[in-house]
Amino acid sequence: MTTPKELRAQGATPMVEMKDISVSFGGIKAVDQVSVDLHPGEVVGLLGHNGAGKSTLIKVLSGAYQMDSGEIRINGDKVEITNPRDARSHNIETIYQTLALADNLDAASNLFLGREIVTGTGLVNDAAMESECRKIMGRLNPNFRKFNEPVSALSGGQRQSVAIARAVYFNARILIMDEPTAALGPHETQMVAELIQQLKAQGIGIFLIDHDVHAVMQLCDRASVMKNGQLVGTVNIEDVTDDDLLSMIILGKKPGEEAA
Amino acid sequence: MTDTTSQPITPQNKRNVFQQLELDVRLLGMIGAFIILCIGFNLVTDGRFLTPRNIFNLTIQTVSVAIMASGMVFVIVTRHIDLSVGALLATCSAVMAMTQTELLPHVLGLGLNHPITWIVAVIVGLATGTLIGAFHGWMIGYLTIPAFIVTLGGFLVWRNVAWYMTDGQTIGPLDSTFMIFGGTNGTLGTTFSWILGLIATALALMVLWNSRRAKLAHDFPVKPVWAEIVMGLVVSGAILGFVAVLNAYDIPSRRLERMFEAKGQVMPEGLTMGYGLPISVLILIAVAIVMTVIARRTRLGRYIFATGGNPDAAELSGINTRMLTVKVFSIMGFLCALSAVVASARLANHSNDIGTLDELRVIAAAVIGGTALSGGFGTIYGAILGALIMQSLQSGMAMVGVDAPFQNIVVGAVLVAAVFIDIVYRKRVGAK
Repeated sequence: MTTPKELRAQGATPMVEMKDISVSFGGIKAVDQVSVDLHPGEVVGLLGHNGAGKSTLIKVLSGAYQMDSGEIRINGDKVEITNPRDARSHNIETIYQTLALADNLDAASNLFLGREIVTGTGLVNDAAMESECRKIMGRLNPNFRKFNEPVSALSGGQRQSVAIARAVYFNARILIMDEPTAALGPHETQMVAELIQQLKAQGIGIFLIDHDVHAVMQLCDRASVMKNGQLVGTVNIEDVTDDDLLSMIILGKKPGEEAA
Repeated sequence: MTDTTSQPITPQNKRNVFQQLELDVRLLGMIGAFIILCIGFNLVTDGRFLTPRNIFNLTIQTVSVAIMASGMVFVIVTRHIDLSVGALLATCSAVMAMTQTELLPHVLGLGLNHPITWIVAVIVGLATGTLIGAFHGWMIGYLTIPAFIVTLGGFLVWRNVAWYMTDGQTIGPLDSTFMIFGGTNGTLGTTFSWILGLIATALALMVLWNSRRAKLAHDFPVKPVWAEIVMGLVVSGAILGFVAVLNAYDIPSRRLERMFEAKGQVMPEGLTMGYGLPISVLILIAVAIVMTVIARRTRLGRYIFATGGNPDAAELSGINTRMLTVKVFSIMGFLCALSAVVASARLANHSNDIGTLDELRVIAAAVIGGTALSGGFGTIYGAILGALIMQSLQSGMAMVGVDAPFQNIVVGAVLVAAVFIDIVYRKRVGAK
């Protein structure tokens, strides 16, 4: 199988291209002319301070926000993503920082929210959904038992695994993970890291938003760094050190550039 | 994602009888409170409270508020409120009253009591209610005006639209067929009530049986057989007992005589006839079943509860929460119109004050029935039971002879206390 690096070297069409994306909120440019791309089986880290615009950029791709200008291409074709349903129809799945779970519903209802399995008469088929939910949770988090309780009764890690299950169950091609390990303990963080490796091997492209430079160095192939809504630069992880990334985040300069 | 290593289903260690029966403890509490209330009033009134006659009256008085309360569950579950239901009921009632006493008989020249009058009036009324509800929902969902404000405005607007349409006059008598929806003027009689009761029992048992089979098909845990049998017996007993009580209320002999006179017949000496199930109660039961199916088994219901639990999550899951708001308020409007049919038919006319204070009764019924104002939780049966408790409290106090101001003071205090008990209960069981 060709690695993402080789694909890039061959000039293959990326599975996602976001070109010159701008988003403003009431006159403030949250994202200013930013371009990023993603190849199959690649993990691209998005780094930056709080408010650097990385979540906003990625919410344009997941359909939660509308961009003011720019274009999104999936496998080379220009697409319109105006709501989360559009994104899902392009096999783009998102794990939000807030997890976006309905606390009052059980795991299966959350897993299938918006895409329920229905019976021939159009009624929701809870039994089938619970059974599917048990299957996927058996792979992701074998210790998960609370299938008939609202997700508010679950621990942080269990809630996270429900959110992850929702993203990977529906054959995602493009996965967006917004700080997936923020609420997790060391053991669960390790689980997520392993999952990312698995998904990569299946050829899924992943945008990983993270604060933790160390995690990005470990998991990503490339990193795009943002500051004040603008793209500082995109680098190959192999070519940079932790300190290089940190200075991109803090000072907003690419490695090799002189500090302004 | 077709891995077959499924999660093992752990056998749960059932601790007590209630858990084995898988009964909702909250529901049991409400039923318990209701039974205590009924027995209490019955003792104080020397047995006048629990007579077939009073139970019949209680039932038909509850219907109008209970129908609207089931719609209010959806409204409150989605974190909204509707203060306009009483006023909307009045407008729908006025529209229907004018349709059947002015528009059809005089303007269109069909004359009084034409066979199509009642159905045209009902359709016009239901359409009016649904449209006004949808309009409220559009303002709330798409124009993002808070529901409190939209329906507070609606409270004033629709109350007075009704007034303007009727010049504040009492409009009546209504169409004779239309009045069968009111209660006493439209009952099934004993034989049909028994037949319907038996059919309902059979259906209920079938539902229990099917849900057990569906669980077994997926290897999910099921109740022990004895628990299923107990449930079946309780449900059958409740349905048939209810039919028996309503059948036991005999139509007063004077009234029966008049009914025979109306048909040009003479009443046989010593004849007695039970009322049986009122049609308005059948409407309520149908509404309860349909609304429960919507809540539990349709995507619409799933989205209503998901949106109530976490509006952002619902939106991010691709649910069109704006359209959902329109749908929820349309359902509410439709049910207000349906209540207007029942309420005006019961009174045999449209009066200017019809539905006054109903918004508070409806909200109180839903809230006493366990609908959380913070959204995401609520049941249809709870709201209907809440309506029944409120109505019992009110007519029980009237029967005992409690002064009117004290009646309202008690109802208000009970509402606050019920919500407090609910909060304590939810904290205990760890639910949100």
